[in-house]
Amino acid sequence: MTRLASAFAKGRPALVTFVTGGDPTPDATASILDALVEGGADVIELGMPFTDPMADGPAIQLANLRSLGAGTKTADILRIAAAFRARHPEVPLVLMGYANPMTVRGADWFAAECVNAGIDGVICVDIPPEEDPELGPALRNAGVSLIRLATPTTDAARLPAVLEGSSGFLYYVSVAGITGMQQAVQASIDEAVARIKASATIPVAVGFGVRTPEQAAAIARVADGVVVGSALVDLVAKHGADAAGPVKELTAALAAAVHSARKEIA
Amino acid sequence: MVKRARARDANLDKPRGLCQSRRMSAEPTGATPNSFRSQPDDRGHFGQFGGRYVAETLMPLILDLEQEYRRAKADPAFQAEFDDLLEHYVGRPSPLYFAPRLTEELGGAQVWFKRDELNHTGAHKINNCIGQILLAMRMGKTRIIAETGAGQHGVATATVCARFGLPCVIFMGATDVERQKPNVFRMKLLGAEVVPVTAGAGTLKDAMNEALRDWVANVNNTFYIIGTAAGPHPYPELVRDFQSVIGKEARAQMLSRIGRLPDLLVAAIGGGSNAIGLFHPFLDDTSVRMLGVEAAGHGLDKEHAASLAGGRPGILHGNKTYLLQDEDGQITEGHSISAGLDYPGIGPEHAWLKEIGRVDYTSVTDTEALDGFQLLCRTEGIIPALEPAHAIAAVKKVAPTMGKDQIILANLCGRGDKDIFSVAEHLGVSL
Ligand SMILES: Cc1ncc(COP(=O)(O)O)c(C=O)c1O
Repeated sequence: MTRLASAFAKGRPALVTFVTGGDPTPDATASILDALVEGGADVIELGMPFTDPMADGPAIQLANLRSLGAGTKTADILRIAAAFRARHPEVPLVLMGYANPMTVRGADWFAAECVNAGIDGVICVDIPPEEDPELGPALRNAGVSLIRLATPTTDAARLPAVLEGSSGFLYYVSVAGITGMQQAVQASIDEAVARIKASATIPVAVGFGVRTPEQAAAIARVADGVVVGSALVDLVAKHGADAAGPVKELTAALAAAVHSARKEIA
Repeated sequence: MVKRARARDANLDKPRGLCQSRRMSAEPTGATPNSFRSQPDDRGHFGQFGGRYVAETLMPLILDLEQEYRRAKADPAFQAEFDDLLEHYVGRPSPLYFAPRLTEELGGAQVWFKRDELNHTGAHKINNCIGQILLAMRMGKTRIIAETGAGQHGVATATVCARFGLPCVIFMGATDVERQKPNVFRMKLLGAEVVPVTAGAGTLKDAMNEALRDWVANVNNTFYIIGTAAGPHPYPELVRDFQSVIGKEARAQMLSRIGRLPDLLVAAIGGGSNAIGLFHPFLDDTSVRMLGVEAAGHGLDKEHAASLAGGRPGILHGNKTYLLQDEDGQITEGHSISAGLDYPGIGPEHAWLKEIGRVDYTSVTDTEALDGFQLLCRTEGIIPALEPAHAIAAVKKVAPTMGKDQIILANLCGRGDKDIFSVAEHLGVSL
């Protein structure tokens, strides 16, 4: 079983956490990633900074700028990933970012670097299924999961195209909008997850706008995973290189809520 | 028979790509199998460029837009309404003007201008806005957003929104808000909300990011009127089609005025909409050479906005095209004296036309553009915008290398009223 598959096969919903790589500095990222693991996160998403994060709200935009401002290069992100893999052989690590930094040296180069760094999956915001040839074949050939996004605008007719060629998990973006906005109403999430799970053979994780353990628990009752990003990135913004403590604390609260969500109703 | 240009400019001496029999019909001919005018393919690609690199949230909407555009294109009522508005609201056709004193001063080819600066709102941008707002209404959208650099596209969008009674939000980089104050005030007078964008350098690319973010969050009711021939498919195609009125008119006007086609077309390039609008109807006229003029800012070895000259292919704002970027694919800030050219990318069709060699591209600096600006004021009594001042600067270099029997047609795509304050500043004049 792949690391990603194991993370979703623990008999309970998974907590997926996002922080931007290199924020506040490349050197500080390791301790923040460790805090996520120690807090109980099941999957780690590492953001690759980009100058033009079009799908992100103010919190993650600023994280991208802090990271680039600290001089973070693609080589730093790969180094951070490889070092993480050495410290945490079992925890799945996913790179999330935008098409241009991922494809600028060629998709095959990127896929090979992902393999070298022990990266399990890649989420690329601005490569929809229509442009899959840009990155998908290279990742699949290298055995790296391409994790696609489904959104409230992905209707039943489109869903099969989104699922085709994706693996690891499906990331359901619960709101039509950018990261860090208000959460969608729970009823609409319940309905969408039920609809998607009816056709998906891979786990479905839900994110965008999830900030609190309560929100995370409500989603974990229906979804296979819950993704939290901006709330953690806000802690990094506030505490900088000392963010590990607060990040671990919030992660632990989120993990407890997510992991026990189904027991509460049972 | 038209004599070939005796161009000394090395750029202009390259082979012309596909060879085709000469045509000189009154109407540009339709696309043939080996035509330069049959792009993009049905996935929105111009060769390796273009495409639809957008977040999943936008993808269904982009597909809807494409469908609706196909229907509109086939609908005579849509075309009739577009034509009617262009004639009676925009003031088309715009004149084709022979510039006698400029021609004499340059001492070479005859210089003609397509006078799109005389359009309502003072630039070519309105042609596209009319087309897109008609599409927006066909799609039942009730709110319009747009990005703007120089403010010309913002003004044109605010204008059509006022004309059709739709609310309008314009995203504009904070730096551009500062250097284009008259246009900010115009947009507000027209009822638009102007949102200054402080991210990045606060110029056109940042405004476009913010417009895309707004769009993702308001997909159901909002139509995004993109201001140049870039962005995800079908925008590069539909903006080109709406702007092609420039080239179609110019082609017919040339034939009826002097019975022949020009030897060289020249146009400034920001995203490339006025240039592709002029060029596209002539692409299969193999005797007609074309020159796109990018902004070389402080110089190609310093800060500039010449994506073809100084960039590499990459993905941004929904399309694959030439981008100013570093080795990691981070986008670098452009610089041009002209806010309308200050963009680190270029429309994908230009990237393709460059690669196949059908169109030549060059660049001129801020200083050369300022010279071109003053040259046209002085010789022809026309104050151009700083964007076409780049085209004029290129004409100034090329015309003397061509014979007096040859013809250059340059696109005068905007008037300079908006720029007099910044030009004064650059010339050290306090108003
Ligand atoms: C007068 C004028 N010309 C040219 C441009 C550049 O755009 P494009 O290359 O799409 O024509 C602008 C953009 O604002 C403009 O205002």
